[in-house]
Amino acid sequence: MKTLKTKILIIGGGPAGYPCAIRAGQLGMDVTLVDASGLGGTCLNRGCIPSKAYIHAASRLEEITAHANEPAMGISCAEPKLDMAGLKSWKDQLVGKLTGGVGMLLKAAGVNVLHGHAVFSDAKTCVVKLSDGGEQQITAEHVVLATGSTETELPFLPFSDRVLSSTSALELETLPKTLAVVGAGYIGLELGIAFAKLGSKVTFVEALDTILPQYDAEMTRPIKRWLKTHKVDLHLSAKAKDINKAGLVFTDKSGTEQTIAAEKILIAVGRKPNTTGFGLENMAIDMDGAFIAVDDQCRTYMRNVWAIGDVVGEPMLAHKGTAQGEMVAEIIAGKKRRYDPTAIAAVCFTEPEIVGVGLTPAQAKQAGEEVITGKFPLAALGKALAMQSGTDGGFVRVTARKSDHLILGIHAVGAHVAELSGEFALAIEMGARLEDIAGTIHVHPTLTEGFAESAMTALGHPIHIKA
Amino acid sequence: MGQVKFKMPDVGEGVVEAEIVEWHVKVGQKVQEDDTLVDVMTDKATVEIPAPVTGVISALNGEPGDVLAIGSVLLVIETEGGEATTDETPEPAPVSKPEPAPEPKTEPAKPAPVAAPVVTTSTNAKPLASPAVRRRALEQDIDLGQVVGTGPAGRISHQNLDDFIAAGWSLPSPSYKRQKRQGQTSHKVIGLRRKIGQNLSASKRNIPHFSYVEEIEMDALEDLRKHLNENRSNWEVKLNPLPFLALALIKVLPEFVQANAHFDGESLTQFFPVHLGIATATPNGLMVAVVRHAEAMDIWTLAAEIARVTKAARDGKATKDELTGSTITITSLGALGGIASTPVINAPETAIIGVNKLTEKLVLDRGNVVARKVMNLSSSFDHRIVDGFDAARMIREVKIALENPATLFMITNNLLEMLEHLVGCSFQWRQWFQPSEHWDHDHCEVCGVKFAIFEGDDILKAGYATNEPHPDNWICADCFKTHKEDFGWKVKP
Repeated sequence: MKTLKTKILIIGGGPAGYPCAIRAGQLGMDVTLVDASGLGGTCLNRGCIPSKAYIHAASRLEEITAHANEPAMGISCAEPKLDMAGLKSWKDQLVGKLTGGVGMLLKAAGVNVLHGHAVFSDAKTCVVKLSDGGEQQITAEHVVLATGSTETELPFLPFSDRVLSSTSALELETLPKTLAVVGAGYIGLELGIAFAKLGSKVTFVEALDTILPQYDAEMTRPIKRWLKTHKVDLHLSAKAKDINKAGLVFTDKSGTEQTIAAEKILIAVGRKPNTTGFGLENMAIDMDGAFIAVDDQCRTYMRNVWAIGDVVGEPMLAHKGTAQGEMVAEIIAGKKRRYDPTAIAAVCFTEPEIVGVGLTPAQAKQAGEEVITGKFPLAALGKALAMQSGTDGGFVRVTARKSDHLILGIHAVGAHVAELSGEFALAIEMGARLEDIAGTIHVHPTLTEGFAESAMTALGHPIHIKA
Repeated sequence: MGQVKFKMPDVGEGVVEAEIVEWHVKVGQKVQEDDTLVDVMTDKATVEIPAPVTGVISALNGEPGDVLAIGSVLLVIETEGGEATTDETPEPAPVSKPEPAPEPKTEPAKPAPVAAPVVTTSTNAKPLASPAVRRRALEQDIDLGQVVGTGPAGRISHQNLDDFIAAGWSLPSPSYKRQKRQGQTSHKVIGLRRKIGQNLSASKRNIPHFSYVEEIEMDALEDLRKHLNENRSNWEVKLNPLPFLALALIKVLPEFVQANAHFDGESLTQFFPVHLGIATATPNGLMVAVVRHAEAMDIWTLAAEIARVTKAARDGKATKDELTGSTITITSLGALGGIASTPVINAPETAIIGVNKLTEKLVLDRGNVVARKVMNLSSSFDHRIVDGFDAARMIREVKIALENPATLFMITNNLLEMLEHLVGCSFQWRQWFQPSEHWDHDHCEVCGVKFAIFEGDDILKAGYATNEPHPDNWICADCFKTHKEDFGWKVKP
């Protein structure tokens, strides 16, 4: 077997690995990318993108159904029909287009892509079992591990045809009449709400006493309200135990055992880093708990072995992995870089959507800050009302340091607010003060006005609500 | 609704005023009876004052550092039935009317590399700068923590970075840079620190200090000390040079009573007992721990007692008696010590003896160069009371005693005189150390109390004891006073 020698070997073609490969290629380096389960990784194939497609389709269906039931805005129509197989094939098409696009980009950047599974014998040498048969040994000057993460399985509820992971939930050919979702974190809520909109009877079973524990009660309240008005049951402080023919067995918060009807059960209790099955133990790399330990340049403890994305720890977000991937490529190319974000925005595509950057007021206080906050309801924005998205209890809330008005955190909940996350992150990275946001002319009519108004609210002079 | 005007309580005999050290409550706070309200300090003891009643604090009279007379109103408590003064759960509500913020000036920031640093208490110590500025700084090896940001909230701009580089601050080597130190702190000097200051200034202002330094050859004393320590068990007190110096002072002071005295500017009180002050560095500052009646202790007791009172002072557990009433003070910097010092007299005393570092030195001994252990004594005297000649004489006597340490253990006539108010018996100052139950100890024949026993560091009971005319029978000091006639002892007329 002939050994392939390469300057940079990247393991994993997800949102951390492929941008790393593209950037390295742009910088003129010799790059080999080994990918085992589809370019684009979890994000494009089984995560962010397909779930957003389902969420979009589900919202579309819900809207049309609303018009069929009761004409509004002068629009009426016949009852829409859902064809799950059709939805899935539309999603597959979308995924195919995007992953194909990634392949093109990699090619354009001069990256050598191998489809297969790599197993390392030492830190710089691996053998790839190629998908189309055959093996390829590779030695590299630099190795970048971007192996990602997979869904956590519950030992007493192993994945099956009936017990779904977030991956298999996006492959269903028929809509389950009843769906129990174990875990009311962002993945469970996003998918559970989408299935509820598609027409499943959805029930959440969550072990904690709150949904989305990273956000405060003020922010999760609109979601809880949506679940309630859409007759989606939510069992908090409840523990899933078993399944039987009737459905999912769990103990509720009083300790009583209950069974809820569940044709399918979706397990969404988190994700764990992929650190086994590729010879990590032969690479002499230190771990940080379940994750690979890295410094602020994503260096592992082994010289010239790097790790990026979900496998190095929280937050397990695609955009974090992408930033790390680009950075590592640039460091290998000799540039000085460091992973030092002030804050990373996180979004949940729930109903309504939630976006958060930086500290909540409670977190800021815990960090010893004296803060002021400004909360502006989307119900006071014309654009939100025109998009029928002002009535879900949504708002933009800004948290700033009292002494110098430096913005420490921005949080929003409401339909379409995810698209505001870029401005939020920019404000924090640039070190904006409340006055900077209030003094930037925001376009009317857009939801971004809500951000300006929240800053003005914190300063005591909002226009569209009472000061 | 009731209102209790809580007055500064009388916290100690002879105390007329007390200083507020720290409030433990705020206005509007609910307090239960016996909750600690405030720490106040008198002389050198700090006392916690508990709440007399349950209620809500409606006023605090005074700031930490304020000195209030005993009996003046310290705070006011609204008792049961009083209206709730304030809500104790301030909502994290949106602040609708923030204080007017310092508006950023609209004029462009001046390229002023020496602009005053904007001091902010940031959550993360990270300097405030945009990603592009951060990247530029990283690439050019500039620590943004060193760059003064002139933007709003102290934000560092590209211009600030340019100015920083232009000012020559960017160095090619990132490995080590001399850095400017920033900032200072200032706070009101209160409590013990203020008291120390007041006492020392008063001493220096009122007392014409006369300082005198003498060199002591310590070889003989060190040999003896080593020998004594070697024959001690681990749990027993080990001797350092301090108790030897104490013994030397005790030996010579009867001849120099003016140096074992208090002088308030008008009247001079000369003492026969030696209440030995030991200047002690405590976490809170300088204190003088006092060994009472040092003259009545053997060297082991003295060592143990010095260790005990200084530890009590350091732990903040010393009683008023252990911190007041010294008649002469020793100050030692221990392992530091220096060559010479000019100690400040612990007023109203008239002398302070400072111990400098014990070192080995080459000296000429009858024409031969020999190595000797030497130590300086640096002493200060109140020149109004102690003449220079007498001071020098006294220190010479101390020197002779220390250089001939056997003489320290010969009880002089002076000391015997103190004990000779009794006749017909021999005396011993007895103390037992009791590290464990197995260790031998004695009981008083009359009352049965364990006397003169050490348990840990605490003396349970100490006293004169005698075994004559009844060998092996011991009697404690208290019983001795009342029963001495029964035992055939008489008081000397």
